[in-house]
Amino acid sequence: MKAAIVVFPGINRERDMAIALETCSGHKPRMVWHKETDLSGLDLVVIPGGFSYGDYLRCGAMASQSPVMGAIRAHAARGGHILGVCNGFQILTEAGLLPGALLRNAGLRFLSMDCHLRVERADTAFTGHYQTGAVFRSPMAHGDGNYFADDATLDRLEGENRVAFRYVTPSGETTAAANRNGSARNIAGIYSENLRILGLMPHPEDLVDPLMGGTDGKPLFDGLVAALAA
Amino acid sequence: MKAVVTVMLKTGVLDPQGKAIGQALHGLGFAGVGEVRAGKVIELELAETDPAKAKASAEEMARKLLANTVIESFKVEIA
Repeated sequence: MKAAIVVFPGINRERDMAIALETCSGHKPRMVWHKETDLSGLDLVVIPGGFSYGDYLRCGAMASQSPVMGAIRAHAARGGHILGVCNGFQILTEAGLLPGALLRNAGLRFLSMDCHLRVERADTAFTGHYQTGAVFRSPMAHGDGNYFADDATLDRLEGENRVAFRYVTPSGETTAAANRNGSARNIAGIYSENLRILGLMPHPEDLVDPLMGGTDGKPLFDGLVAALAA
Repeated sequence: MKAVVTVMLKTGVLDPQGKAIGQALHGLGFAGVGEVRAGKVIELELAETDPAKAKASAEEMARKLLANTVIESFKVEIA
């Protein structure tokens, strides 16, 4: 699997992501500075978390206009896989590669804690090593993770089975209490129409080694390696 | 010529910041404050001298970058 991680000024989770990708694939990912414009020959492009451009204007708004975005769009148009985590998810929505937007957390507080995610489908390149309905623990750390889209868009996402993960209780129930940031319909992550672009707010890359406190996030990367191995 | 772009969350989109400001105003003893909504104002210095063209150009900027029309609405005034 040939993977690259896009680095914008203000991004700070690219090293965690590199560790997760290298742990699971055995290869160091290419680190791509936001001024580069060639992403050809890659299987996976990852946009990691952080605070690109200081979250100026809106989270992800500046990054979505940066030089590398043209290459990311071209990668998407070729049918390439893209993973956007946290700020990466915000950037993908701002760029229009995923529908909806991420609003300020409903409770206004920055949330830095573990959450539980339910895998809504296990037949994508990202979730092949989970079971449908499986619940796994994941850290999250964000101030603007409240997923919003109009009702028609939400209905379409659900109708097309494009919700990737939902915030749930450890036993898998979609309660309001488990949905700490107030996301519409407990949505934590969504897919593009071709299921090759995934955006999610939590950080599965931060649970890929027992030294990190668990390996709940590792199947996501193992699954990607299995699906995208040349 | 100056364009002033006001960006607000659309009606129906939860504005927790506005709510918190409203609660703080109540806490300070200001009675009779209803719903509070917070937005942002962006001032643009434009070389264009024709007001209609300046407005159209600022609206294009708002649609492309200054506002996220999934969640926000905007208003352009030429000063």
